[in-house]
Amino acid sequence: MTHSKSSTSWVGAEMASDLAILPSLAGLTDPQPFVIAGREFRSRLMVGTGKYASNAQMIEAIEASGAEVVTVAVRRVDLDRSKDAGILHHLDPDQYFLLANTAGCYNASEAIRYARLGRAAGFNEWVKLEVIGDQQTLLPDAAGLLQATRTLVDEGFKVLAYTNDDLITALKLEEAGAVAVMPLASPIGSGLGMLNPYAIRTIKQRLSVPVIVDAGVGTASDACIVMEQGVDGILMNTGIAAAKDPVRMAAAMKSAVESGRHAYLAGRMPRREVAVPSSPTTGMLGA
Amino acid sequence: MMGTEVFEAEIALAVNGAERRVPKGWTLADLLASLELDPRLVVVERNGTILRDRSSFMSLALAADDALEIVHFVGGG
Repeated sequence: MTHSKSSTSWVGAEMASDLAILPSLAGLTDPQPFVIAGREFRSRLMVGTGKYASNAQMIEAIEASGAEVVTVAVRRVDLDRSKDAGILHHLDPDQYFLLANTAGCYNASEAIRYARLGRAAGFNEWVKLEVIGDQQTLLPDAAGLLQATRTLVDEGFKVLAYTNDDLITALKLEEAGAVAVMPLASPIGSGLGMLNPYAIRTIKQRLSVPVIVDAGVGTASDACIVMEQGVDGILMNTGIAAAKDPVRMAAAMKSAVESGRHAYLAGRMPRREVAVPSSPTTGMLGA
Repeated sequence: MMGTEVFEAEIALAVNGAERRVPKGWTLADLLASLELDPRLVVVERNGTILRDRSSFMSLALAADDALEIVHFVGGG
């Protein structure tokens, strides 16, 4: 079947080939702006910049995700091939809010050193603080995380702390001055989705600072379910970068985060374990 | 003051964990230029202290046995 480009009667064929016109919930407003430490961000989806096949693909995926906050890591310059390697050659810091992380740090002092380097390299006092406790699971070291948070808060950093889905650690991080607490959905890079929705909801209910779920989201439905718990936002990297088509997955994640947010705001129906008919039970034909 | 294996017009530094010899009298700006690095896009830590004032690079003379770390932002999550 041929389809005339001038026709306005049927748009399906054109939509299928154009990510930019995927259905969006942008027309719906969110009664609560997404604010961290007094700064408002336009998207509740934050994305990482690692593991992409190319810088061009990374940029395209970030654009499709609609994210404003974009995480970066601090590493030695490779002096043998220094040209083009740094991400600032590709990411415009005027367009995105660059959030330096301390990924790969296994104790508080190392994380503090990386945070300071990130501040000097970057454009703000914000740090996504990771203190990892175990190489196999990359699970956070709560004690090291608290120690590093206290030091960095004293130095004027705005600390967004990547942590376990553990309420007590989350409360202690808030008390230590973290501007946002980032419990994991499941281990970094695992794509297992949210393993403990109860814990995530509890953390969100008990904390005053924003709760941003970080790590473990594998596909759009995972992101949607995370947002349905009422958390303030999500940070993801591998869920997008490791998809077969990262740009399309980034667009799907954008929709999923918006859908999950609106579903949370809409308030879901109660669960019941009996059926309730949707159609009238009266007005049936006589037997 | 320097090891005999080092030619006396050069000094030996550790740059990103590897030994590097540079002409005596070089500044940090000279080193960055020789590495084709834009000072605005990197951060330099010298002997454990971050050099936050990039305008000082032109006048900062490198010293023998300096340990320099030159870092930048890369992709990460």
